[in-house]
Amino acid sequence: MRQSIFLLLLVSSLLGAFFQACQNNVGTVETGFITLRFDNVAGNQELKLGTSTYQNAVGESFTVSKFNYYVSNFRLKRTDGTEYVVPQNNSYFLIQEDKPESQTFTLANLPAGDYKSVSFLIGVDSLRSLADIGQRTGVLDPGLGTHDAMYWDWNSGYIFLKLEGTSSAVPSAQNNQFFYHIGGFGGGYNGKKTINNLRTITVPFGGDVASVTATSTPKINLTTDVLKVFNGNTTLSIAQHSSVMFENYSTTIADNYAQMVKYTNQTKQ
Amino acid sequence: MKLKITVLVTSVALLVMAFFSSAHQKALLFDVPPHFPAPVYPFEKNPLTEAGIELGRTLFYDALLSKDNTISCGSCHQQAAGFTQSGQALSRGINDLTTRRNAMPLVNLAWSSHFGWDGGVHDLDLFPMVPIQNEAEMNESLPNILEKLRKKRQYPVLFTKAFGSPDITDERFLKALSQFMLTMVSANSRYDRAVRHQGATFTPSERAGWILVERKCSGCHPEPLFTDFSFRNNGLASTVNDDPGQYGITLNNEDRYKFKVPTLRNVAVTAPYMHDGRFTTLEEVVAHYTGVEHGETLDHLLKRDRETGILGISLTPTEQADIVAFLRTLTDDSFLQDCRFAENKGL
Repeated sequence: MRQSIFLLLLVSSLLGAFFQACQNNVGTVETGFITLRFDNVAGNQELKLGTSTYQNAVGESFTVSKFNYYVSNFRLKRTDGTEYVVPQNNSYFLIQEDKPESQTFTLANLPAGDYKSVSFLIGVDSLRSLADIGQRTGVLDPGLGTHDAMYWDWNSGYIFLKLEGTSSAVPSAQNNQFFYHIGGFGGGYNGKKTINNLRTITVPFGGDVASVTATSTPKINLTTDVLKVFNGNTTLSIAQHSSVMFENYSTTIADNYAQMVKYTNQTKQ
Repeated sequence: MKLKITVLVTSVALLVMAFFSSAHQKALLFDVPPHFPAPVYPFEKNPLTEAGIELGRTLFYDALLSKDNTISCGSCHQQAAGFTQSGQALSRGINDLTTRRNAMPLVNLAWSSHFGWDGGVHDLDLFPMVPIQNEAEMNESLPNILEKLRKKRQYPVLFTKAFGSPDITDERFLKALSQFMLTMVSANSRYDRAVRHQGATFTPSERAGWILVERKCSGCHPEPLFTDFSFRNNGLASTVNDDPGQYGITLNNEDRYKFKVPTLRNVAVTAPYMHDGRFTTLEEVVAHYTGVEHGETLDHLLKRDRETGILGISLTPTEQADIVAFLRTLTDDSFLQDCRFAENKGL
């Protein structure tokens, strides 16, 4: 008898917890949205695929034919210093220069409040990189296309950033093409460590405050400067490194792309 | 009150029964041989079902997985050859292109945690993407395959049977292939029957070979799976193409020229041998270990023979012949001929 009372208590407390959870969803806590826009640029010019020519710090001229990168694991800092971590499942985006719709997205169900900065990863964290295929849908689908694939099948892992283009600095025997496919999440390999090109970027809103309420959705405009992939802690020379993929040098490029995103302004929607 | 208790007790009992009946069914689809350790594949993420396995088998033997619909998984993984490509040093893929390495045997995959000669893939579910997308193997993309499958009348039906709805997704496609491959368990060779005291007889040479394998080879090929799933440099002479093995995955110099230790099960039918298929007979393979090439990453077990202190493994010609005789007892005919793994199951 005592056991059955215990069971009943257990069931009723579970039921209670369930209903409480429902109530929260119904909206005692005010929530809202933030829209983020990643505008790809090259220095002070708009990035245009194929047509425009840019110059890196070494003085090499180049054009860009492809520029893709993952941003994930978003966190937002409030003006009081506390942080809101966006649930991981809603926190993976692939920015593709040839797909304008990929460059703007909205983080939903944010607690209302005043936010002063955003931080995120360039790349896909190790946990998700090792997760069951069932948890890799949408932009994380490893099977996405062959030409635009952001995934290495032979060395299981995502390509975090893909930058391709042409430059006269590359011999014509190689069709003047350069390739930077940067990935490597630190290794799930029997506990062995491999290169880790995940980089965290924190972007303060420069003194601006993004106020999220049920009725007001701030839009944060960010710029991603492709020149920073070349010009950073290390100056990348296309002539010296026309193709960098899964190799140790890729970590220097990752250190460069850790600096590529900046805050521009915010607009109200 | 009494009624409530009855309802509670009944529902708990039903749950327990459902749990045991599903566990029982799984045991029928995938039996862990009594002398094997526990498998490492996470079955809870991909529970085997009869329909799932059948879908996987159909996909495994369907050439539409390749760009020009000519190559199936079974083209390079032939059952009679222990799921390797019979006689090919480097397997032949689409347009008769030559691949980079020897096709690995597909057997006892539920016990393996890293796949391929260099171990670059950590999940069996993800492995089929490698040959599918490799330009010299199947040269196809997953989205294309899914489109082709949706257009074939049989597949929406097979996917519904396996997963409850006709949706054809990456996850379902890959998990069905895993389900089929996981069932390829080989544990019924003459060696296995001897271990289980099921009346298998061994010649004196085979018996001597068994003792030698335990003494000299078990550091890398321990029973009963005959691999420790590690990656090692086994002292092969360097070649022109200089395949760096596991180094390509870890970029760690210590891993140069390391390759997966393959199982010895069914080894008599999986010729040629090594990652590049350089040896055509078992005799050559065993002789190799008596004269390995020294290199920085040579496995420590091959640097000094435990008994003689000489580089490699010290073996007399008779001992080598005995080892080969024992290796032939690892051939599992019931596995090689099991109609559950065959292209045409019903025949």
